[in-house]
Amino acid sequence: MTEYTLSIVFGVVIGTISRIIMLKTDYRQYPTYLHGKIIHLSLGFIAASLGALAVPAIMEKEFTAVTLLTVAATQFRDVRNMERNTLTEVDGFELVSRGKTYIEGIAISFESRNYLVMFTGFLGTLSYIMWNVFVAIVVAIICLFISNRLMSGSKLEEIVDIEQSRIHFDGAGLYVDNIYIMNIGLEERKREILKYGMGFILTPKNINVVTTIGNLGQRQAILHDVSVSLGVFRDSGTPALTPLIKRDLDDGRLGVFILPQIRDVDKAIAVIGSVPVLESAVRMPSESKSLTKRG
Amino acid sequence: MMIEKAILAVITMNRQKVSGGAPIFFCDNKKELEYVAANIEAITDGIAHALSEEMFIIVKH
Repeated sequence: MTEYTLSIVFGVVIGTISRIIMLKTDYRQYPTYLHGKIIHLSLGFIAASLGALAVPAIMEKEFTAVTLLTVAATQFRDVRNMERNTLTEVDGFELVSRGKTYIEGIAISFESRNYLVMFTGFLGTLSYIMWNVFVAIVVAIICLFISNRLMSGSKLEEIVDIEQSRIHFDGAGLYVDNIYIMNIGLEERKREILKYGMGFILTPKNINVVTTIGNLGQRQAILHDVSVSLGVFRDSGTPALTPLIKRDLDDGRLGVFILPQIRDVDKAIAVIGSVPVLESAVRMPSESKSLTKRG
Repeated sequence: MMIEKAILAVITMNRQKVSGGAPIFFCDNKKELEYVAANIEAITDGIAHALSEEMFIIVKH
């Protein structure tokens, strides 16, 4: 036992706990239960160790030891690659795919969570060494709280108004409200679509949102989440029964056409509302300097 | 081989309106047209789109 042992153990434990808290398996069932989780808990443990070990290294004036953190950065970038590759591989076998933007969003969050774990471990050990175990516990709790805040992004219901709308055919064209979705030729398919399909209109709340929800990846994420939560009326070999989202070019509204197995309007609105807003889809045209200069 | 965005077949009741590269199926009535289109749709994993009352195309998306 050295003078730093307890503080390091504290940092590692608190970092690992923060990873456990952030590793919630929800309706997405990702990371997959058991093995996927073990991978991420192990990586979280490594991240916490690296963060915790950096403090005594600095205390002992071993400044070169900090370069170890660059190894950590490389390691976690690999985590992101690993997640991206796995998800892309399995995405082709989903009835309604996640889409690349959603996958990238998940991969980014896995990488960033490891950094949060590292900071938690670092600050936990630092405060243990600088003050005492009680201060360290307070700091750790604050860290856990901040990590929790940082990991939850905004949801779709915060940026759009969602309302149900009727679906109808005009000749062979399928419409949600006045938004054209696709051309369906066969009468039998039309009957199925009218029977099982549901339509929703997403109205953007401001100018920034128009671009964000127009993003094809964001739209695919909506379809995927709805299909996961409410089921989907389709199979391989029936491409005509594909949930789709199209855009009204005039005002940027989205026409969402879905084929859920649970046909409950309120549930569907709740599910669409809780779809995460993907980081890569967010645009802020209102922040544009050239726009504000002229305006 | 993956084919994307291609017309796999044309099914029509009007011989005057079509010619060209894709396989063309001539049908005598609307019922036969629907029947052939539904079958080809299922077999090819394509979608039957109606261009008019008497002409369907099967498109791979």
